[in-house]
Amino acid sequence: MSADVLICGAGRTPFGRSEAGGRELAVAAVNAALTDAGTEWSRVRAAFGGSDNAGLADTLVARLGLTGLPFVNVKNGCATGGSALVSAVNAIRSGMADVVLAVGFDKHPRGAFDPKPEDWGLGAEYGSDGLMVTTQFFGMKIQRYMHDHGITPRTLALVAEKAYRNGGLTPEAWRRGPVSAEEILDSGMVSDPLTRYMFCSPGAGAAALVLCSPEAARTMEGTPVTLRAAAVRTRRFGSFEVFSPWIPGGPLTSVSRDASAAAFEEAGTGPGDIDVCQLQDTESGAEVMHMAECGFCEDGEQERMIASGATEIGGRLPVNTDGGCIANGEPIGASGLRQVYEIVQQLRGRAGERQVPGEPRTGFTHVYGAPGVSACTVLSR
Amino acid sequence: MAGALIRMATDPRSPAAGVGLRGSRCSGCAVTVCPAEDACPRCGGPADAAVLQGTGTLWTWTVQRYAPKSPPYRIPPDGFEPFALGYVELAEGVRVAAVLDVDDLDDIRIGMPLTVTAGDGVPRARPASPGEEGT
Repeated sequence: MSADVLICGAGRTPFGRSEAGGRELAVAAVNAALTDAGTEWSRVRAAFGGSDNAGLADTLVARLGLTGLPFVNVKNGCATGGSALVSAVNAIRSGMADVVLAVGFDKHPRGAFDPKPEDWGLGAEYGSDGLMVTTQFFGMKIQRYMHDHGITPRTLALVAEKAYRNGGLTPEAWRRGPVSAEEILDSGMVSDPLTRYMFCSPGAGAAALVLCSPEAARTMEGTPVTLRAAAVRTRRFGSFEVFSPWIPGGPLTSVSRDASAAAFEEAGTGPGDIDVCQLQDTESGAEVMHMAECGFCEDGEQERMIASGATEIGGRLPVNTDGGCIANGEPIGASGLRQVYEIVQQLRGRAGERQVPGEPRTGFTHVYGAPGVSACTVLSR
Repeated sequence: MAGALIRMATDPRSPAAGVGLRGSRCSGCAVTVCPAEDACPRCGGPADAAVLQGTGTLWTWTVQRYAPKSPPYRIPPDGFEPFALGYVELAEGVRVAAVLDVDDLDDIRIGMPLTVTAGDGVPRARPASPGEEGT
């Protein structure tokens, strides 16, 4: 079996709107991660990173130092951070390097993303007729799920209410003011059944991790967290993805189900062993569905679990303790590593006001993105 | 559903006047897709052109409540009005994305019978008239 990989340093910037450019944010996150590990850039032997919309990661060496290290650009949509992390893990396991950086950053303009039909292999009519809108997909996926599994709009509101509450406990979060479930339900429909305050917004931010072999970790100052598994998968036939002119009949497959199962198998553990988790919450419905797709509950159980507070910081399965994408916004390249940053803080007992009680020992992260890609990790202290 | 799939001699993407939706079907996988594709998305093998009847039921839906970014969106001459869209599960099994032409957005229900037609733009679906249901 593969050798352990340890996360010795984790850093992030505040997320939201920023005067700084995406690359400046990335440098700040890298330096924070290096400081956290108690090491220097010159000790890093390989780096992997990327952004969707804010430039090339390998150009960061001009600011970090021209040490000659191999630096690979990753561009993998919402899985950019996760793919950078997997690449870093493989670099350590293969013996290529013993101290490796993973960095993700982004900076998006205001408003919804504006993809072009030709980039997705679609006819121009999908754009001109108004079907190139990502929020439509999120609305349609949860609409069907609610129909099949008895999830109510109030549950969607409770997910967002929790996100804003947890964001208020997270100094680096973007949305830090509380918003009630009633306000969320009344905030105006965007893509039925999802309202404005149920969605995350594209924004700016960066996150970085310093990963080490066990030998190198012993020379670092930071409290290490073990990365027990990191898995990336792309969709199989039969999944429901954004910008699909058609989808096959029959039961849906799920790339999140595939990636999470692969991560749990690699870690030799299961969802029942996880003390705290981060699940992609592009909007409220995504968090609800990803709870089941990642194996944390049966379809439909979310209605009762969420109402009972099970996913709150003090609950049985705390989900998105930093407010997730809803409270932090979505800088695409950074989100996956922000999730890991948060689990690292929780497992080290350094999450401040949002610390999960009872000294959590195991954590899980999950990102999902277009066009059907998912990256999951299992971590333990 | 005998006769639902009618082979066509023309290129699946060629504009051809006629009834039904132009889709394609893989003889190996029995996977039917619509709009037509040259290759089977499951096995990569060649796909044959097929005409689909266009009757089905609503599988899921949403409403586009704000005007999409323009371009690429072409704002209608009378200005933007919220419109419904969804996936219609056709008798042939495939679920096709379509704009829903309904009189009242409050009347949309999963499972409602719809008829899908293809024109210049994306497929469009309207509530099936009583005579069309169950065909």
